[in-house]
Amino acid sequence: MNNFPLFPDQASTFAPQIDLLYGVLVALSLLFAGVIPFVILFLIVKYHRSMKADRSNPVHSNLKLELTWSIIPLILALGVFTWGALLYIDMRRAPDDTLEVYVIGKRWMWHTQHPNGKRENNELHVPIGQPVKLIMTSQDVIHSFYIPAFRIKQDVLPGRYTTMWFEATRAGEYHLFCAEYCGTEHSRMGGRVVVMSMADYQTWLTTPGEVILPDGVDAVADGGVVAGPAVGDPMALAGQQLFTNLGCVGCHRDDGAGQGPSLVGLFGAQGQLADGSTVLADENYVRESILNPNAKIAAGYQPIMPSYQGQLSEDQILQLVAYIKSLGDTSGN
Amino acid sequence: MSTTTGTIPRNYTTESSTSPLEWLKSWLLTIDHKRIAILYLLAINFFFLLGGAAATAVRIELITPSGDLMTSDGYNKMFTLHGVIMVFFFLIPAIPAVLGNFLVPLMIGAKDLAFPRLNLLSWYVYMGGGLFTLCAVVLGGVDTGWTFYTPYSSTYANSQVLLTAVGVFIMGFSSILTGLNFIVTIHKMRAPGLTWFRLPLFIWANYATSLIQVLATPVISITIVLLGLERIFGVGVFDPRLGGDPVLFQHLFWFYSHPAVYIMILPAMGVISELITTFSRKRVFGYEFIAFSSIAIAVLGFLVWGHHMFVSSQSVYAGLIFSFLSSVVAIPSAIKVFNWTATLYKGSISYRTPMLYALGFIGLFVIGGLTGLFLAAVAVDIHVTDTYFVVAHFHYVMVGGTIMAYLGGLHFWWPKITGRMYSEIWGGISAAVVFIGFNMTFFPQFVLGYLGMPRRYHVYPEEFQILHVLSTAGACDPGDRFYRAADLPAALAALRAHRWR
Repeated sequence: MNNFPLFPDQASTFAPQIDLLYGVLVALSLLFAGVIPFVILFLIVKYHRSMKADRSNPVHSNLKLELTWSIIPLILALGVFTWGALLYIDMRRAPDDTLEVYVIGKRWMWHTQHPNGKRENNELHVPIGQPVKLIMTSQDVIHSFYIPAFRIKQDVLPGRYTTMWFEATRAGEYHLFCAEYCGTEHSRMGGRVVVMSMADYQTWLTTPGEVILPDGVDAVADGGVVAGPAVGDPMALAGQQLFTNLGCVGCHRDDGAGQGPSLVGLFGAQGQLADGSTVLADENYVRESILNPNAKIAAGYQPIMPSYQGQLSEDQILQLVAYIKSLGDTSGN
Repeated sequence: MSTTTGTIPRNYTTESSTSPLEWLKSWLLTIDHKRIAILYLLAINFFFLLGGAAATAVRIELITPSGDLMTSDGYNKMFTLHGVIMVFFFLIPAIPAVLGNFLVPLMIGAKDLAFPRLNLLSWYVYMGGGLFTLCAVVLGGVDTGWTFYTPYSSTYANSQVLLTAVGVFIMGFSSILTGLNFIVTIHKMRAPGLTWFRLPLFIWANYATSLIQVLATPVISITIVLLGLERIFGVGVFDPRLGGDPVLFQHLFWFYSHPAVYIMILPAMGVISELITTFSRKRVFGYEFIAFSSIAIAVLGFLVWGHHMFVSSQSVYAGLIFSFLSSVVAIPSAIKVFNWTATLYKGSISYRTPMLYALGFIGLFVIGGLTGLFLAAVAVDIHVTDTYFVVAHFHYVMVGGTIMAYLGGLHFWWPKITGRMYSEIWGGISAAVVFIGFNMTFFPQFVLGYLGMPRRYHVYPEEFQILHVLSTAGACDPGDRFYRAADLPAALAALRAHRWR
């Protein structure tokens, strides 16, 4: 039977919840798909033209009946909608204390990078019992990050970040698929997700030899798992070096005296724009401001920043995002 | 008919002609809606055969987890061919262009469609679109999937995207012209006294379909133009590297392609309403409800395109609204099923071939409709979208539904179209075989999909093999039966027309 499964593994907190809704839907379907053919079979036998049956006073319409079979399915459908919607809202709203892992999709590979800088190809190691948030982008076409055992999937787009979160519940190895058609090797674009205990994950994270450090960073930060990058983590550290090397620091001075706004405390806050509106400073906003600075001008500043479109790899943009994110954290402390 | 002597009464197929060339001209330049319907019948069944052959190749490849029959590119081109041909050149035109063309004027007491020349033009346009698409296949094929998602299709794909897109673009005009023709005909050319609520339900269904064809098809046309502009000239519309938005393409594409599902299924529902009433010898139950549910489906069908995009990065609010509307659109379909069932009550029922197809339609449509509810529940959709669950669902609705109605209708009106009766025995067998084969092919795919088997996969993990083999076993049966059942009447039509000459 091992080679002929009928139900997928349940390995995240979402899996049992979605399976329950699925089970209820299957039960409802069996009810309807059982009753309707049964009624049809009964009628076509009873009223076959060779059968003697009472055919007097045939009815051609009945408002009560029409309303009954409109309203009951409508209530059931809306019930299913509400249940699915509540679950969906949970799935889209990540908790605050997530472990953030960056994902870059490209034809036909997945790159993942943990906050301490450890990178993987076509694999994702995650700890049990820790909410994990994936921040994902693509270097080329649309891909989709799909882990059936977790019941989650999210398209990964070029030019912007999409996110998805989960909390793994059972140790083991699970399929990782690309679910959005992306060309020749689409069906081979995948690998495995390894769920391990927190202790094992910590060990794995800091095991030398498997660590691929970002350019210019020579040590893995100790301190293990942290929620999001903090100052001193290789991702953020690499971002800080880029920030200096590219000259960003010349205008975006920490004390706010530069030609550009200070980025300290920016991330996660509502930013005031020149046109009077506000914007949530999230990953996509930071990304857009680097690549297309004039799209949203911070209030009180001139639109003088040049675009870095084409000058940075997706990796580097993510490092800058991690650095700016870490500046947001310090303001909170 | 008194055909014991073998003489066939004079009819539209038996116009005398002096030479084979004259005979050919009398068909290719005809403006008789009945003859144009026959032209469509032949062309559409040809494409059905081609699309079916591609499907069979795909299923055979999937017997083993590794890719051994084709290369990955070959496989990708094969399922794209299957999708493009079946969707644009079979499912969308099948019932309106063949049965609709033949029956709409007859049913409303008109001499012909309002614009007979336009009708012939729409056939030529259809053939032109088909020719471009076939050229694309001969010149190397296309590998984007029938959905042409950007930026893959606009920037990255190295196959015949443009030729195929032009084919689909051209075909769109054929669809628009047919829809326009039907709308005008139904509005202006009904026999005196034939008021709206006396119209056959097949007419209501075709009317609703025509509205969608006229309103939605231009959207796909302009989307294809934008795709072409980006691919040829690098005008940034969809590719973020050029400043475009890849998700915009999906919005535009599904704004057409979701209503297009109703272009396929609404005329099918119209056929089923006719078949059920005829073979129950009873008026349809709840006429107004069935008629208005067609219109409700046509209207609501325009508002649910976002349910194809729940994981595309669409906002949570959009996801919730599309999920809500998609749950609601299930109701008019359910109303139809209940009314068809109620029509049987106190009827005088006979199990003739068209009735068997109609009952089979209800069976497949109930399963397709109920699994649609799974997909409308957004949390479940996140897991099963882009898997075989979706593949199974849309085959049940638009393929199972349309084919059962198309074949059922073709059998039912066969004597009307050709003057000859079909074989009741072979008809009954074909209905049973198509129904059983269809379920064998697609039911295992629901299980596969929930297990997490993604669609459009050339190679797949070993544990999915048994279910794939089951599915292929079913496919080799109806894949073959489908087009044999559909082409046999078509072949006979051609033969007979010749004999009567």
